[in-house]
Formats: sequence, C-alpha cells, structure tokens
Amino acid sequence: MSATLAPTAPETRSGLVQAASEVGVIWLGLFALGAGFGVLVTSHGLPWWLAPVISASMFAGSVEFLLIGMFATATPVATIAVTTFLVNSRHLFYGLTFPLHRVRGRLARAYSVFALCDEAYAILTTKDPDALSSSRITWTQFGLHASWAGGALAGGLLGGLIPDLPGLDFILTALFVVLAIDAYRDRPDRVTLGLAALAAAVALLVAPGSMLLVAMAVFTVTLLIRHHRSRHA
Amino acid sequence: MPEPGYLALALGVAVAITVSLRALPFLLKKPIEGSALLADLGRWMPLGAIGILAVYCVARIDFAAAAHGVPQVAAIAATAAVHLWRRNALLSIITGTAVCVALSLVLG
Repeated sequence: MSATLAPTAPETRSGLVQAASEVGVIWLGLFALGAGFGVLVTSHGLPWWLAPVISASMFAGSVEFLLIGMFATATPVATIAVTTFLVNSRHLFYGLTFPLHRVRGRLARAYSVFALCDEAYAILTTKDPDALSSSRITWTQFGLHASWAGGALAGGLLGGLIPDLPGLDFILTALFVVLAIDAYRDRPDRVTLGLAALAAAVALLVAPGSMLLVAMAVFTVTLLIRHHRSRHA
Repeated sequence: MPEPGYLALALGVAVAITVSLRALPFLLKKPIEGSALLADLGRWMPLGAIGILAVYCVARIDFAAAAHGVPQVAAIAATAAVHLWRRNALLSIITGTAVCVALSLVLG
C-alpha cells in the first residue's frame, strides 16, 4: 500500500500537510462520531471489535448506524442487502465527477474508489482538479477513514467512559454549509443551485426516508435535460 | 450475540454492495469519457450535490426535541456568517460546531 499511496517523499509530506491543514478538524469530528458508533455497537450487546471492523471495511457512516440494530437482531441478510443498497445508492452519482484521474497508481486509485464517502466527494470535487495532487487526495480520504475507524475502536473499547457531547455531530453540517458557500463563490451558478433545491424539495415531499437518493436522481435528470437543451438551443 | 458466520456474511454482503455502488459509475462513464455531457456534469454536479447534502442535514434537524432545533439553526447561521465574513473554512466549522454544542448543553 505504501508504495502507491506514497509516490515520493516530498509530495507525500506536502499532500499530508495540505490534507491535514484543510480537513484536520473534520478528521477530529469523524473520530468523535466514530466513537459514538463504537459505543452504540457495544450497547447492542455486540463485541467491541465489531465496531472498528465494520467502520474500516465499510466506511459508510449513515448505513452503519442502521446495520448495527439489524446485526444485533440477526435480521435476514437479504434485508441487510436491500437496506445497504437503498441507503448507499446515492454513491452511484459521485463517481461521475470525482477527480479520480488525478490519483496515480492502481492501488491508490482502487483505495480512492473504496473510500469515496460523502465527505470525500464534497471536499475534493470543490477544488480545482489540476491543483489536487494524488497524495493530497488519498491522504484526505485516508484521514477520514482512519479517524472514523479509530474512533469506532476507541468507542468500542472505552464504551461509556467517553463523554457524549451533544451537538458535536453538527461538524458535518458545518462542513457541507462551508463547502456549498465555497462552491457557489467559485462558480456562482444559480441555475444549478435552483435545480438542486427543486430536486431536494421533491425528494423531501415524495420520499423523505430516501431523501438523498431521490434528490440526487432527480437532480441528475434535470442536468441531463439541461445539457440536452443547451446543445440544441 | 449473533453467530460469527452470520455476522461475517451480513457484513461481507453490505461491504460488497457499498464498494460496487462506489465503483460502478467509474466503469459506466468509460464510453462517455471526454464527452460534452461529462464536462457539463463535472461543471454542474458538485455544487448541486453539496447543496443537497446541506439540505439533507437541515431536514434531519429534530424540531420536536427539547431544544426545538434552535442550536442547529443558530449554528448554521453562525457558520455561514463567519464563512462569508472571514472565508476561513476551519474557523467557520469550529465556530458553528461550538455554537451548536454550547446551545445544546444550555437548552438540551
């Protein structure tokens, strides 16, 4: 892993430093949320080691919280499969525009796809792709991944010893608010923002339980129509 | 505790589905690589997707809770205000989260 994740020493250091200075606070936040997940795992009567194992192998926060309850009650695997598919289907849209072409090395690229969570997509697609180095991308993702799994390990082991600070999960809301402002300032595209707002409203009305999936699907359809119309205008 | 065999199978299936969903678009877009469509999606999609994620976070606020969502709404206002003012992502995120935690402790 190290050979492809770390192409050259200087680039690696600057990639790590860039990633840490940019999103280090998000890593801390994910560690805290991961700890909350670890506590939840043991409170369901499941072994502590399951928390880091799930978080390291899956790295998809929202569905993990759902699956814990299902694992604990030995829910049929088919139900688990359908739930995972529905909750994570929104990821089908991320790969279309994620700057994977900036990642060098097969192993690093495979890792980058594996670790393509909401936060990684939002953080990395709002940057100019040409300014993103391979190591900055992989370090950003590895930092998110390691923080989440490390937090789960700490929460699983220490359980109730970890104080529960209410409101700490706001850190991800803050991240998306900041990134949305940055993305708009970068490219003040009111049509896109309007279409996204429309898609979100439709999804909240029609399918509040699968809001992200429905909103992303509706939004993508509106973009396809917009593309088609702009070509034939 | 459920059987280890069940846990391994259930987790394995969930991981396989998640990884497939993340990998599939990279394979599907190969035929339209370099097309005007993909260029347009690349220009439009990130802003919209992040906007949708932000709306999702707002929609998840529990207005029926003890604090009636006041900490979250105040924290979103604080995050946006500080970010528009100073343009420093770190400062905005820390300020917003601090506001949310403080108000949650006071009102919760």
